Amino acid sequence: MWRTMKQEKESKARPGNDLREQIDQNLRRVYQDAVQEEVPERFRLLIEQLREKTKGE
Amino acid sequence: MVPEEELTTHLPALRAFAISLTRNISSADDLVQETIVKAWTNLSRFEAGTNMRAWLFTILRNTHFSNRRKRKREVPDSDGMYARRLSVRPDHDGRLAFSEFLVAFDKLSDEHREVLVLVGASGFSYEEAAGMIGVAVGTVKSRANRARARLQELLGVTQGEDLVGTPAGQALMAAATAGGESMG
Repeated sequence: MWRTMKQEKESKARPGNDLREQIDQNLRRVYQDAVQEEVPERFRLLIEQLREKTKGE
Repeated sequence: MVPEEELTTHLPALRAFAISLTRNISSADDLVQETIVKAWTNLSRFEAGTNMRAWLFTILRNTHFSNRRKRKREVPDSDGMYARRLSVRPDHDGRLAFSEFLVAFDKLSDEHREVLVLVGASGFSYEEAAGMIGVAVGTVKSRANRARARLQELLGVTQGEDLVGTPAGQALMAAATAGGESMG
């Protein structure tokens, strides 16, 4: 739930806030779309390597 | 959870931040790689109980801006632009409008994208963002305002203008609605 009732009220009360809220929704979508992408295998392998290296020290 | 394990749980967010900042998948992944190595090497310096995500984001953004200073003269590579990968055929579900938003977002400076993503999308407070960027809270606020104004300018709307009725406004509205639905 991104929008609280308070924010809802505020955006209705002040002109210009709707635009700001729309921009924020799009920004969150840019970020959320990226968060939901699967993390590439190379990072799992990298951490595995770092773990092994640390163990050996 | 030990820090080594906790680090793994932040990877999707860390990568999302890198993608939002660079808007280029291969640059983002190189940056995430560099950040993981640096974070791992300095894990003993991480203070338990503090915000590890903020710590990791700080390492990533410092690495990014320091790399950028080093290769200032290089021409940016636009071939791998993320927006292009995401672009889809116009449809009536708001996807086209979101891609219009992305075109404007991609034209922002890295500094503007950074501040908007930190305070507008990833849920950090102005204070936390100030700590991560290494500037005063007031600077974060004014930078965020300038970034929003620039974004509106790029979308073809001016402050206070009624969005409804303008093509950019309709596009933005449709995109926002579609985004809201897809996120539940």
